[in-house]
Amino acid sequence: MKKGHLIGLGIIAVAIVIIITSIGDASTYESFQTAKAMKMKGEEKPIHVVGELKKSVSGIVEGIEVNDDKTSFYFMMVDADGTAQRVFYNEPVPADFARAEQVVVIGSYKTEDLFVADKILMKCPSKYQETEVSNAGI
Amino acid sequence: MINTFIGNLGHFSAILAFVSALVAAYAYYQYTVVSELEKPNWRKFSRIAFYVHAAASIAIAITLFEIIYNHRFEYFYAYSHSSMALPVHYMVSSFWEGQEGAFILWIVWNVVLGLVLIHTNKFWEGPVMLVFALVQAFLVSMILGVVIGDLKIGSSPFMLLRDAVSAPIFSINPDFVPEDGTGLNPLLQNIWMVIHPPTLFLGYASTLVPFAFLMGGLWTKKYSEWVRPALPWAQFSAMILGMGIIMGAYWAYVTLNFGGYWNWDPVENAVYVPWLIMVAAIHTMITFKKSSTALKTSIVLVIASFILVLYATFLVRSGVLGDSSVHSFTDLGLSGQLLIYMLFFLFVAVFLAAKNWKHIPTSEKEASVYSREFWIFIGATTLGLMAFQVILPTSIPVWNAIVEMFGGISNMAPPADQVGFYTKFQLWFAVVLALLTAVGQFFWWNKMDSKKLRETLVTPYIISVLLSAVIIVWGKVFDLSYMILVLAATFTIVANSTILFQLVRKSTFKLTGGSLAHIGLGLILIGVMFSSGYSEIISYNMSGLTYSNSWEDELNKEHVLLWINKPTQIKEYTAVYKGRHKKLVGVPGHVSVNLLEATGNVNEAIALDDIVVRGRTYHSKGDVVSIVLEENDYFRIDYFKDEEFQFTLHPMSQFNENMGLISSPDSRRFLNRDLYTFVSALNDFDDPEWREDEFYEVSPGETFYIADFVTTFEGGEVVTDLPGVNLKEGDVAVKAHLVIQDFGVEKKLSPVFIIRDNQLGKIPAVDSELGVKVEVENITPESNTFSFKVNRYQKDYVVLKAIMKPQINVLWIGTIIMLIGFCVAIYRRYDEFSKMRDKGLE
Repeated sequence: MKKGHLIGLGIIAVAIVIIITSIGDASTYESFQTAKAMKMKGEEKPIHVVGELKKSVSGIVEGIEVNDDKTSFYFMMVDADGTAQRVFYNEPVPADFARAEQVVVIGSYKTEDLFVADKILMKCPSKYQETEVSNAGI
Repeated sequence: MINTFIGNLGHFSAILAFVSALVAAYAYYQYTVVSELEKPNWRKFSRIAFYVHAAASIAIAITLFEIIYNHRFEYFYAYSHSSMALPVHYMVSSFWEGQEGAFILWIVWNVVLGLVLIHTNKFWEGPVMLVFALVQAFLVSMILGVVIGDLKIGSSPFMLLRDAVSAPIFSINPDFVPEDGTGLNPLLQNIWMVIHPPTLFLGYASTLVPFAFLMGGLWTKKYSEWVRPALPWAQFSAMILGMGIIMGAYWAYVTLNFGGYWNWDPVENAVYVPWLIMVAAIHTMITFKKSSTALKTSIVLVIASFILVLYATFLVRSGVLGDSSVHSFTDLGLSGQLLIYMLFFLFVAVFLAAKNWKHIPTSEKEASVYSREFWIFIGATTLGLMAFQVILPTSIPVWNAIVEMFGGISNMAPPADQVGFYTKFQLWFAVVLALLTAVGQFFWWNKMDSKKLRETLVTPYIISVLLSAVIIVWGKVFDLSYMILVLAATFTIVANSTILFQLVRKSTFKLTGGSLAHIGLGLILIGVMFSSGYSEIISYNMSGLTYSNSWEDELNKEHVLLWINKPTQIKEYTAVYKGRHKKLVGVPGHVSVNLLEATGNVNEAIALDDIVVRGRTYHSKGDVVSIVLEENDYFRIDYFKDEEFQFTLHPMSQFNENMGLISSPDSRRFLNRDLYTFVSALNDFDDPEWREDEFYEVSPGETFYIADFVTTFEGGEVVTDLPGVNLKEGDVAVKAHLVIQDFGVEKKLSPVFIIRDNQLGKIPAVDSELGVKVEVENITPESNTFSFKVNRYQKDYVVLKAIMKPQINVLWIGTIIMLIGFCVAIYRRYDEFSKMRDKGLE
């Protein structure tokens, strides 16, 4: 076998390792229900859940409990299927958290009732809203 | 009044730029293919077409800047990206905050590069400029804003606000012009954001140059000649792209609270990957020039770097990344257009390369293990694999989109721990690279065999082992993989320094580009390893609070709560939060909000006392002072060590109506480490929920406790003059003087009690820092006692995160050395090219 072939094989081998680990380490998007099922099966891998903060009938965000030292908090989140879940985040409340239109939590179930987020991504309302233009005019 | 002229001018310029780009493309095509006799005419015509295009492109930029500069808020772009209060240098940032502006920047850079190429090339002008003109046509189409039937081509930045949004006000008054814009994203209000995007876009634009030379070479069957003119440009491109990346990293480090300079965010990855490929391309091109090997690899890499820049643009600007990135993107509906742009050039490049593949000269001889070609090829391969490892997971959202397009369901998400995931590969690739750059340089400058190799390498090897032992012991690097990284990095630094000294002694500085860049790489690796691998969060909460459930106690709380004035331990420091501060125009440092009273006008306040900084009085009591961006709050935190004052940091937060709360770090720079701090949560002053009333009966001179504050009632005073209140004859006004002590800080509170015609008036005194409101409830003259009503709220506080980043300066020094290396290499290669050109060979 020529050296060129060996190198070629080496490259292919490394590339395959990269592909396999990428797939293996890739997280998935789940609902709270499937995430809980995964936890029950003993899978500890962090997953993504997309949803919204729980709101009262009048549209006010409810269920945010900040711990006394203000460095961590609990909140209620509703996923796309409508399942409400209590989530813990070991970080101070992100700025503008209550205004987020969409929240992505990355983490896993700690107990059957509690989801622990390692990371939170937020989508905040778009900068340009029609109301702002009209308000600016008055 | 709405000024439609300027917008029409901009729109017209865009259309003109588009048409002239197409004309220039056609003309340059003709110029390249026609006979020698006709060439001068076509050349003249092509150049005129490109000059028209250049003028029109620059006109687009000037028009858009005019709209921003003159606050023409009738235009959507100015309205949504700028505001009255914005200083001129940030208007420049507004220009490219929007995607249209970013495209214009790109177009203008291409024009500049095109003009330079026209005047520095002879033979290559035709084919290269044809590619340029085509690229320009695609880019200008992004801002064209032309609607044909249902087809919308491009998004014009010259749209009027009334056409862009459907607000009810426009049906009442179509000529309505908002008084102010919504402003610039506060994160972009930073000097690095004024210079980072132009640098990055120059990097983007410059990847086109080697690609254009390659396309020209394939088309005109000059399969190998394109390398010489393309090489200095490829180096220029890698240098500028690298500089852009570093500036972005530095911007993230100083303004964002992500906790560092690099986060493996898709947006960062998208520029890192083309840079890696461009660096790989440079290496194979250099090999080709020396020994006629690796031409095909160079071709593939040059194409890949250009296409990857387009792919990066597509990823970042099409909205496909969606919720996988912390950066927010608006989809302007350009995804389709971007995709066509990318696929067009991908197709053309692959087609031309495939068609000519068998004519491309290759070297039949097998590269020996002791040849430099072999080692450079391995290096380029490593760079390629590094790029592959990053681009693959970054593209997961694209993969999901493709699967969904075909009706499937894919719920793949990017790795949860991005930093850990990428690091575990990139670390080892970096080790390989460092070793290759060390060994490779020896092969490059010397003829090698196994014996000679051992002889040359043994000294640098011993030196680097000793040196890395010192670093490991002194830096306490006790992680095996980090030890190997240190060894590899030191090895490349030592080996390349050896080469550097040999070169400087024997010949000229001109040849040292490679060794300098590689020394830079070694330093960067060491700097990254220390500052990221050994970055240490020191703000662990040691309040001793316990939680309702035990498992939370085991978690490390990585933030610390600082109550105002209360000393709190942060590792070896004692930190004291000293309240909010503002920056004033013309006053150095920061001024406490306690000295300022708002006037109601934007960025304006009245000084409540003399403003003295370091013995100099800048403003006297009662002066009207101007604030630099009033929404910025600077939190003064004093650091003490062993009771001795060390330094003060002012991490910033900005409350912005559109963006919410934004926090920017402040770092203490030491020679060998940075203390990086930012505020992660803060008190909400606006609407305090006062607790229940508390009543105190006190006589003058008496001391009592409000919560745990020692409070002294100094006495009452009948006043005849009260600012803000019109006292009439017969009114009695009594001011009570209270002094509240909090950790050695004295606060004076003076509530006022007014009697007018048997009616009572009470003016409470509020101290928002201590969270205390005091009112004189009643005065009993008989017993000479005052009754106070006190309401409390929580004291002011900030939640702080503090991270120690060791040796981060080694990283910055490494990047600077690497950039200098690039510059030396560019100079050398351009010199070669221009000599050949002047001999009439190219």
